[in-house]
Amino acid sequence: MLQVPSSDFGQPVAPSAPTGEPASVPDEPARRESASPGASGARRESASPGASGARRESASPGASGARRESASPGASGARRESASRCASGARRESASRCGPHAAEVERAAGRVEDGQRLTPAEGLLLHDHADLATLGRLADLVRMRKHPEARVTYIVDRNLNPTNVCITDCGFCAFYRRPKHAESYVLSRDEIHRKMDELAALDGRQVLMQGGHHPYLKSDWWCELLADLRARYPAINLHALSAPEIDHLSRIEKRPVELVIQDLVAAGLGSVPGAGAEILVERVRQIIAPKKTSTDRWLDVHRKVHEAGLRSSATMMFAHVETGAERVEHLERLRALQDETTGFTAFACWTMQPDGVPEQSLYPERATPGTYLRVQALSRIYLDNFDNIQTSYVTQGLKMAQITLRFGCNDFGGTMMEENVVSAAGCMNLSPIEAIERQIERAGFAPRRRNSWYGIVDEREGAPSGPQSREEAATHAAARSRPQRLPA
Amino acid sequence: MTVATSPADRLMRRMARAGIDDIAHKVLARERLSIEDGVRLYAADLHAVGELANVVRERLHGDLAYFNVNQHVNYTNVCNKLCRFCAFQRLPNQAGAYVMTPEDAARKITEQLEHPVTEVHMVAGIHPKLEYAYYLDLLRAVKRARPSIHIKAFTMVELDQIAKKAKKPLKDVLPELIAAGLDSVPGGGAEVFADRVHRLSYHLKISGEQWLAIARTVHEAGLRSNCTMLHGHIETIEERVDHLDRLRRLQDETGGFQTYIPLSFHPDNSEMADVPGPTALDELREIAVARLMLDNIPHVKAYWILMDVPVAQTALSFGADDVDGTVVEEKIYHEAGATTPQRVQRGELVRWIRDAGRVPVERDTLYNVIWSDDESLAPVVAGRHRA
Repeated sequence: MLQVPSSDFGQPVAPSAPTGEPASVPDEPARRESASPGASGARRESASPGASGARRESASPGASGARRESASPGASGARRESASRCASGARRESASRCGPHAAEVERAAGRVEDGQRLTPAEGLLLHDHADLATLGRLADLVRMRKHPEARVTYIVDRNLNPTNVCITDCGFCAFYRRPKHAESYVLSRDEIHRKMDELAALDGRQVLMQGGHHPYLKSDWWCELLADLRARYPAINLHALSAPEIDHLSRIEKRPVELVIQDLVAAGLGSVPGAGAEILVERVRQIIAPKKTSTDRWLDVHRKVHEAGLRSSATMMFAHVETGAERVEHLERLRALQDETTGFTAFACWTMQPDGVPEQSLYPERATPGTYLRVQALSRIYLDNFDNIQTSYVTQGLKMAQITLRFGCNDFGGTMMEENVVSAAGCMNLSPIEAIERQIERAGFAPRRRNSWYGIVDEREGAPSGPQSREEAATHAAARSRPQRLPA
Repeated sequence: MTVATSPADRLMRRMARAGIDDIAHKVLARERLSIEDGVRLYAADLHAVGELANVVRERLHGDLAYFNVNQHVNYTNVCNKLCRFCAFQRLPNQAGAYVMTPEDAARKITEQLEHPVTEVHMVAGIHPKLEYAYYLDLLRAVKRARPSIHIKAFTMVELDQIAKKAKKPLKDVLPELIAAGLDSVPGGGAEVFADRVHRLSYHLKISGEQWLAIARTVHEAGLRSNCTMLHGHIETIEERVDHLDRLRRLQDETGGFQTYIPLSFHPDNSEMADVPGPTALDELREIAVARLMLDNIPHVKAYWILMDVPVAQTALSFGADDVDGTVVEEKIYHEAGATTPQRVQRGELVRWIRDAGRVPVERDTLYNVIWSDDESLAPVVAGRHRA
């Protein structure tokens, strides 16, 4: 039967005879004859479009040397496709275009295009049923609306982990050591200074300082360190102490977290990293990090950080034991807090890296890049009140990082000198910065250096722009609601 | 009030925003794109071009994405063509030069007997001293080692050399190669057809027109082949589009190309090490433009081993419907700095495709289905394992 051909989107059009033009694809699709070729041993007719009409006759093709049956281009173009992309009974169709959720996905996509906020249900719908290209397109749209200036930022920073001693025992963490473990360490002040000197020599703008939950290193140790570094390296922002670490200090000192934050801010803390969020759903945390700060507590520490006039970032570590709905719930919790405080500067996500972690057997295989890209794009779409989304080149590599610049990311994150120091035996290596800039430029964006508050500090831009200190950043955000909490 | 619009309207609005609505109309009407259209596709917004390519890809293949279980045998790295973009070649007496005997090659095949390999991809340098009999012996030895294997061997460049060694026309050589075991021909060695590029980067090798003439002869002998373009070195956009157009025109004539594979130039260790090579987004665009221009070639492959997994997965939504196979011991791109693994397990390929939102289909070289997630399509032959 000749089906009535229709356009690619289900609108009927007048049937037209094959024109014989090279470009035309026959209206009658080549249909596969049988799904059980094995039974007869007969040659399957057209298991795939490419082979249809073009397969050599036998295992000894040389014998016949016969030309293919048809030299007409249409033959090689003969497809399993239906004349309509979504006609019922079509042999081959794309679930994202023609599946049971296609209309809903299209509707949700339309709402994103119209600039509307997604509901959690719509977020899950896109997570589960939108195709990668649609997610990418929508994420790119949102990203370009927020950052029309064709710029991608990054920060010259380094990791500095003062201690790996930790009593929280997260099974997904390969970094920590229990107290008194042979490989446990606490960096001396000299070592910390040396690392900071290296960063200062590179005109670094931030030190990302986090570590284990050490049972004896309390606020006074941290405050002394922060104040020392603040005085020695005034150009380097102290982006330090994730919410679980701050919570840990509050717990071991048995005092309210607000007071801990107040002391840290007074000592020079400039902003708070978003680590330790993992998945902000209790079911998940009970499995992967039962001793770690709870969801509500993690959010509350950030709330109080924002109220104290500091900005912070947010993260998500996914592709372990969480469901799609739990990923969306995580994003929803972040979005709700951001509505309340506007204190988050950025969001970054990455997939769990399971190799060699203590409870590796609990975790699935490392997620493939496609999973990362899907969730990364969804996060840009969903977190409509976050200005910035960071890529994760450290876990995903430079090629994926470049792709994410068109799938929602406008920031490359930090240059993280530490890894280079280790690999290059202590010698600082600028080539990663060049590689990052090249990836950004070849994606069609101008690479620009920023500070911790996403103010631009790049000589190519002339004068710095945007917030240049924690105080200026705070007046852009949390200070609107709680100006009285601003530090002097 | 928002006026409800159809998906098709929204698509066309996006295409209009990207300035390619006229091209989109042609694509939806299944009309051939012009050379000028091709050039414009290289400049237009990547998401718009990708979305349009995805329309064609899904029209042809729905959600299916193909892979195979294959192995590579690069039987020699000795070559006298001195192509400037190549890091694999060695001169005959240079350190690191090697030639496999037919028995060596057969051993590579028997080493994989416990794996469900269906294809060997066998290509190599142009070794001036190898005689015609060597190539026949090579095919026979491989076929003896694994009679069921499909031998996809000898680029057009090698076939040219083999015919020279045989001292007879290729059309008379091909039946002998086929009798010895040759089943199909890979797509390599096409580089960029333009004379300028030929002159500047691979002048000792057959020209673009010669490549196409050999491909025509191959197709006329009843063999299918693939086709390629080595992009991202000294060629211009116009030269790329011209290359695609020449492939398209030959395909009109013979219908013999199964799959187009854009090959990304990898600069390391070549004479062109100063050329940066394509980035991930360049590779996505290359896939998308090819899918739109090559309206008569059934498959477009995102060759994972040189693009790497992130790009190959993403490319399945930008026009590609194939990721190549398990490979086993890739040498040519790894000499040029490729950092991907030299092989991958079958299950990994299945995961990549699923995670990219597509339906994995294990195919043989000619795209017969061996296994698929899609049960309506998958004849799960007895003895084949499931993913």
